[in-house]
Amino acid sequence: MPELTDSGPNAAVSIDETLVVPVANDADVVTARSEGRALAERLGFAGADLTVIATAISEVARNITTYAGAGEIQLQALTRRQTAGIGVVAVDEGPGIADIEAALTDGYSTGTGMGLGLPGARRLMDEFEVWSEVGVGTRVTMRKWLDG
Amino acid sequence: MQVPILKQGHYLIASIQSALSDTDVLRLREELGEQVGRYRSRGVIVDVTALDVMDSFVARSLRSIALMSRLRGAETVVVGIQPDVAFAMVQLGLTLEDVACALDLEEGLAYLDAWLHGGDDARAD
Repeated sequence: MPELTDSGPNAAVSIDETLVVPVANDADVVTARSEGRALAERLGFAGADLTVIATAISEVARNITTYAGAGEIQLQALTRRQTAGIGVVAVDEGPGIADIEAALTDGYSTGTGMGLGLPGARRLMDEFEVWSEVGVGTRVTMRKWLDG
Repeated sequence: MQVPILKQGHYLIASIQSALSDTDVLRLREELGEQVGRYRSRGVIVDVTALDVMDSFVARSLRSIALMSRLRGAETVVVGIQPDVAFAMVQLGLTLEDVACALDLEEGLAYLDAWLHGGDDARAD
């Protein structure tokens, strides 16, 4: 029985399958994006969507290695109203983000990046949500739907 | 996965063969910096045809390769960005504005020839 979560305006999203990729170094970032691409392809995504999804995964996975050191990427096969989608959840128990609004602003970075990671990933996906608590960790949830 | 670098006349050609980790990208930057001096190269071509993802780290690294090479007298041109990759880059906000790009290796070589022989006029376009 698939797990049900209430998300989105009015329809339940079912998580049909979850694949976990541990992320602790830059080789894991490559693994996460190629696994994500493979899952997206299996779910019916094609062309530029595959590149877009892989790129968004790359950005959130790198945030894990840069800011938290280690964490994981959960890749989910989703269904909502008979439409397939892919879910990407980046989870870490790192320092957390003190100012989420700033972190979602283009050009803002406390690391060595261009400050495009989170705001860029948000533009690439249909749904994007950041939960973070200083000293506890960060969870970035992104979704893309086949009809999105 | 190490990126092979070919020396062709005054130019260095780095052909990325597969997905790159951040470590691979940094190694490429180091290698190119070293070889530009060793071979007194005037141009660098980075062929990214095989790359299926260009994220902010890779883009930033290509930019620093181009700017560092320029400071040492070599012009850099990035060739082979695939249409889907270009689409994702624009969505992400990566425009590589200050890096020369060309469609493929042939156009990249033509760009460098024009830059090397045409002086400042070619540099402006």
